[in-house]
Amino acid sequence: MPTYTNTRRDFLRKISLTGGGLMLGFKWYSARAEMPVLLNAADPVVAPVFNSYLSIAADGTIHIFSPNPELGQNIMTSFAQIVAEELEADWQKVVVSQAPLDTNKYERQLTGGSGAIPHSWMRLRKAGASARYLLLQAAAQKWGVDEASCTAQSGFIVHKPSGKKLSYGELALDAAKIELPKDVPLKDRKDFTLIGKPIRNVKNADIIRGNPIFGLDYYREGMVYAVVQRPPFGMKIKSIDGAAAKAMPGVTDVLQFQQNVAIVGKSTWEILKAKKALKVSYEKDGNVESTADHEALFAQLMKSDKPTVHRKDGDVDAAFESAAKVIQSEYQCPFLPHNPLEPMNFFAHVRPDGVELVGPTQTPQRAREAVSKLLGIPESKITVDITRLGGGFGRRLKFDYVLEAAELSSLIKQPVKVIWTREDEITGGSYRPAVRYRFEAALDASGNLVGYKLRGVGINAGNSTRQDNFPAGAVPNLRVETVEHVSPITTGAWRAPITNFLAFAEQTFLDEVAMAAGKDPVAFRLELLDKARKSPVGKITYNIERFDTVIRQVAEKANWGKASKGISQGFSVYFSHASYVAQVCDVVMKDGKPSIQKIHAVSDCGQVINMSGALHQVRGAIVDGYGHAMFGKLSFKEGQAEQQNFHNYRLIRMREIPEVDASFVDNGKDPTGLGEPALPPTGGAVANAIFKATGQRLKRQPFMDEPLFKSMASEAE
Amino acid sequence: MPVYQLNVNGKKTPVEVAADTPLLWVLRDHLRLLGTKFGCGIGQCGACTVHYNGVAVRSCTMPVSSVRDAEIVTIEGLSANASHPVQQAWDEADVPQCGYCQAGQIMTAVAFLKKTPNPSKEQVETAMNGNLCRCGAYHRIREAVLLAASKK
Repeated sequence: MPTYTNTRRDFLRKISLTGGGLMLGFKWYSARAEMPVLLNAADPVVAPVFNSYLSIAADGTIHIFSPNPELGQNIMTSFAQIVAEELEADWQKVVVSQAPLDTNKYERQLTGGSGAIPHSWMRLRKAGASARYLLLQAAAQKWGVDEASCTAQSGFIVHKPSGKKLSYGELALDAAKIELPKDVPLKDRKDFTLIGKPIRNVKNADIIRGNPIFGLDYYREGMVYAVVQRPPFGMKIKSIDGAAAKAMPGVTDVLQFQQNVAIVGKSTWEILKAKKALKVSYEKDGNVESTADHEALFAQLMKSDKPTVHRKDGDVDAAFESAAKVIQSEYQCPFLPHNPLEPMNFFAHVRPDGVELVGPTQTPQRAREAVSKLLGIPESKITVDITRLGGGFGRRLKFDYVLEAAELSSLIKQPVKVIWTREDEITGGSYRPAVRYRFEAALDASGNLVGYKLRGVGINAGNSTRQDNFPAGAVPNLRVETVEHVSPITTGAWRAPITNFLAFAEQTFLDEVAMAAGKDPVAFRLELLDKARKSPVGKITYNIERFDTVIRQVAEKANWGKASKGISQGFSVYFSHASYVAQVCDVVMKDGKPSIQKIHAVSDCGQVINMSGALHQVRGAIVDGYGHAMFGKLSFKEGQAEQQNFHNYRLIRMREIPEVDASFVDNGKDPTGLGEPALPPTGGAVANAIFKATGQRLKRQPFMDEPLFKSMASEAE
Repeated sequence: MPVYQLNVNGKKTPVEVAADTPLLWVLRDHLRLLGTKFGCGIGQCGACTVHYNGVAVRSCTMPVSSVRDAEIVTIEGLSANASHPVQQAWDEADVPQCGYCQAGQIMTAVAFLKKTPNPSKEQVETAMNGNLCRCGAYHRIREAVLLAASKK
């Protein structure tokens, strides 16, 4: 019977197997790229300072423990590639495992913000290079030869003059006794044989076999299952009738905790059935909101005279007063659920002596802090094992479902696995916030952009703008401000938070402004960048030359301005997180309707680590960005989501994807991350191409609800 | 509760569950065959796809009482050692991102290729359209199905 294997016990076992080999600790995430330090191989687990382990077993197996959660960004492969590159390891002998939460050993065990690779890049290289250095010293000493006559090659140290060689496994024990110098040489990037190459996902074998590696697959003998009924937003429990549910086969408990009612039982189907028999009535507990009311709310927030101003350059009002031409436009997006295909779930076992938590989370550390606070149990008594995540998209940065499992286990005094259904995911909260933007641009008589205003109004969006975004820096008079509405509808980070829609609005508006100025959209961006280069205004957070390069490269690759007859093109470019992505979308008209054919994308994420993974991230982000711009819609009636499952919440499917032609700028810069950056520009490229093809501006998402697409959407249903 | 004699991955397996229990939950909770995934529970996402006498079906909406003596094959029973050409193509094309939908994608692809050994790109798209991939790995799923077809 298959069991879940990636457990703490398994992790410890793997660690202890490496005793006697070479073990290096290194900080994956700390701000300073400290040198790795030799660990006490006999007692590695309690080593107090050093944060992760690269170990070499006697048989030559290289164990790499990946501390941060894997949700499909393929970090387990990329991290290992960087270490193995500098180590000159035999890639076939590298084994990568997920490490559990351990704040003594790791920093920032978190998946989010496209930040892992940029943070870890130098650290991982030094870790690999240090081990290589020690192995080389060990061999040279053993042979009594000059170290300069030895080289590291694919898991061996070779003495060039004599042809003698020893494997890393044979050298590991001696290498572990050598003192590590302050600095070791890193490889020249022209000698990279792993970094930048397409390397297959290290977990493919598990995935194609259906091995139980996900949180939902985790099983513990004696555990019970639980589903939870949560209240509509802005409501609280008035009364509960759980008698019928409690009487159903397999149900062991029906109980209230907070404003939730849990059904606990012996199998998933039995509790799902019982949940249908549960009767809970709710009453108002604050604002009970409907999407229909949000239209008026947005209009009112747009009029507010108390905005929060995030950036102010020059004299905006004067610029608009003296403008030759003013362009104004509004854009709006709905709430969106994340919908990772693996629903939320978590295992918790609250025992008198401590708490065990196992499951899919992007933020194990914050989840543990919250459980500690909730139960009043010190963090030192709480363990968190991180399973593979069946997608995250930001949803698993929230730990509400972890708290549910912990609280329930504490109440029923049993190990429990809380499972959300798809309906729970779509109706249960923490959404991409709904936002409306109003842009205004002032042009002078020569068509120069002399004034720029942006107001973002959002529902639980926080700062719904990114005030230093381009064209800030290139416009003499600029004001960016927001107005916030606080709502009971819960929101959170959604892949490329805020910018997943803001980028669409900005890039569509710049297209509108270019048209109004009588300029080509690509030339218009380049002209603005040139202004930022020659006469910068205020703070500039983007790199003008990297921006410029992706624009020029995508224009060339997509044949911008010279596209074949029948193809209409739209352009978009974005600086997101720390990377630059420019896109051109090709649209053709088919039976009087625009059809998205292809998206050309040029990304500058610095050094690509894994070409296969990088292409995957860019294509996936474009499919994600396009799919949600086209179809993603969540609406509310009296605090309750009006969509529940995939029959009335539409996700993009294979027949709807555009072709993607992705390439990367090879500039030798350190890597800057790629989990999110290709998503934000997509909606704008698509909408601008559709405008070119049809003369119609798409200003609201989802596009399928706009008049242009209404008939297409109904055909597809 | 009734006892059903299921034929799963070539093994006769008795299970004692309510008649309306979906095959998905019998596989997952009772037989601990966890490769078959729960995604939506209403037959819309395809993560739970298994073979029923060689035909790809949604196990989340198939009551155990309707399974009878049909040959059920799950991802675990597809091949020894992931040697099936579709599994091999999935690795070769490096399809998985998060990987959660992939067992269902593979099961759909295998049943499809049995009926349509030399598909066009459009036929692949139509056959695979019922399986959601939230990571958007569709380009490579399509590539892998075509690659598997070319291997046979």
